[in-house]
Amino acid sequence: MLEVRGLSRSFGGLKAVDDVTLSVPRGQIVSLIGPNGAGKTTLFALISGFLKPDSGRVSFEGRDITGHKPHAICRAGIVRTFQVVQPFAGLSVHENIAVGAHTRLRDRDEALERAREVAHRVGMGAMLDRPASALTIAGRKRLELARALATDPRLLLLDEVMAGLNATEIGELVEVIRAIRDEGVTIFLIEHVMQAVMRLSDYTHVLNHGAMIASGTPREVTSAPHVIEAYLGHGAAARLAELEAGHA
Amino acid sequence: MAGWLIIALALALAPLALGSGRWVEFLELTLFVAVLGQGWNVLGGYGGQYSFGNAVFFGTGAYVQALLQYRFGISPWISLWFAIAGTAAVGAAIGWLSFRYGLRGSYFALITLAFAEAFHVLARSFPSITEGGRGVQLALNQDPDRALATFQFNFAGSFLAENGFYYTILAVFLASAFATWRMERTRFGAQLIAVRENEDAAQALGIDAFRVKLGAISISAAITAAAGVYYVQKYLFIEPGIAFGTSKSVEALFAPIIGGLGTVVGPLLGSFFIHGVGEAAKATIGQALGDRPGVDLILFGTILILVLAFLPRGLAGLWAALWRRLTGGDGNA
Ligand SMILES: Nc1ncnc2c1ncn2[C@@H]1O[C@H](COP(=O)(O)OP(=O)(O)OP(=O)(O)O)[C@@H](O)[C@H]1O
Ligand SMILES: [Mg+2]
Repeated sequence: MLEVRGLSRSFGGLKAVDDVTLSVPRGQIVSLIGPNGAGKTTLFALISGFLKPDSGRVSFEGRDITGHKPHAICRAGIVRTFQVVQPFAGLSVHENIAVGAHTRLRDRDEALERAREVAHRVGMGAMLDRPASALTIAGRKRLELARALATDPRLLLLDEVMAGLNATEIGELVEVIRAIRDEGVTIFLIEHVMQAVMRLSDYTHVLNHGAMIASGTPREVTSAPHVIEAYLGHGAAARLAELEAGHA
Repeated sequence: MAGWLIIALALALAPLALGSGRWVEFLELTLFVAVLGQGWNVLGGYGGQYSFGNAVFFGTGAYVQALLQYRFGISPWISLWFAIAGTAAVGAAIGWLSFRYGLRGSYFALITLAFAEAFHVLARSFPSITEGGRGVQLALNQDPDRALATFQFNFAGSFLAENGFYYTILAVFLASAFATWRMERTRFGAQLIAVRENEDAAQALGIDAFRVKLGAISISAAITAAAGVYYVQKYLFIEPGIAFGTSKSVEALFAPIIGGLGTVVGPLLGSFFIHGVGEAAKATIGQALGDRPGVDLILFGTILILVLAFLPRGLAGLWAALWRRLTGGDGNA
């Protein structure tokens, strides 16, 4: 459903995203992992039109969307959330979500009604009238998700929606995301919380220094030595293996 | 809503209750500045795009209204539509040039100021069209039977002569307040507010921020132009300084900032407060110091700073907070 081919983007001399090729099949939950600064958020920004690639193409449902404007890409059916949450701080939770709902619905009452439904779906039903600025970090992450979901996307790009949540909250959100997928929304997510990655993903891509270094099921990639090294430093895989051998 | 009916009714009956004269004049000026403020509020208060040059819309509306009558003898009732629509188009053009290139914040403020100055110079520079610095003086109609046709109330019988323009600006104000009230409840209004709150998030959610801002600046221009139409019909005169000088731009932003940004009632509250304080100052400090120009400006500046520092949501916000305290309601339990 989403095809990324040879996508690159540099900031000054830094290759933040370096010749990345990947695809996200319809109906799946695909995750993107990698150490800090690997270029994950930049890749999302390239897909969603917030940054223009230096080279490479992005296509969605067979249509080229490379370099299209963010609002056009959203209307085409791809919506992103922000790692650094971007609530409409002066508005209530209900109004925040309604902005998303308006993308498909002109009528104000219909949009408010739809926003209410979405809020219930992500477990924010009781917070509708609360000002967005009064939410906890967990609430704000949820609001990002709710607002995005209200635009009726076919592909949802989630950038670290679990960050800063406690174990219970992560468990709840994992269920919410699964339910969204079950209703037919394809999901591509960036996540550092490995527990969530393992439980959710059908497929995982690993990015390091802008380049894709591994792809496969979550189990496959997390046991690949070069992936472990990317996270823990050179020689780490060997040391881990030694440790395990020692314990055995 | 009930509040607005009371406000509208009170304002409509004011000339009957107060008799004509000083107090009605005071209200008329208050409403005039409230219209300028409402025009600014649509773009600045709801859209977060602070214009420093809304006089460009006031002046364009006024000049179109004056020149169509003066040069072509067109009925003021027809020319006013050209004034409003033409100014909306000018607003869209200025918006296109500013927003296309991503000007935000103080850059946008400066570019609008520059446009107002440019129009100021243009109005002076083409006397064959605009009569240059002398300004355009419309012919006074002295025939009572043609008072309505010429949109001039001076010889229309005593009640209209006294109050005709009060009701004109009241109608314009109520129309602008209603338009703003409606706008708040449409998709366009929600998207405009979203752009103000966070432009990136708005775009991620499918909002074409550029088009939304263009819409807002056009509405802003149209409302402000209506104030220009009123001005020309009342004074039968317009010149470049009045039309495009900074004073209209400043009044336009004072009223909603003091009254409450992004609220329907803010510009009216703010304008009422500014002029109330202005009158009171004239009666007290003015008397004490003698007639010194600028005293009121110092006062307004001080008020503006105090409001910005202590009442970020203006008088409307203060009112809402007081109301919550009085009624014990919570609103954000
Ligand atoms: N707008 C920008 N200008 C300059 N450099 C940038 C910009 N955005 C990102 N970078 C740099 O590009 C690299 C990739 O950043 P990115 O935010 O994509 O990483 P990430 O994988 O999302 O990291 P994290 O896990 O910490 O969120 C980093 O070195 C970052 O400093
Ligand atoms: Mg990131």
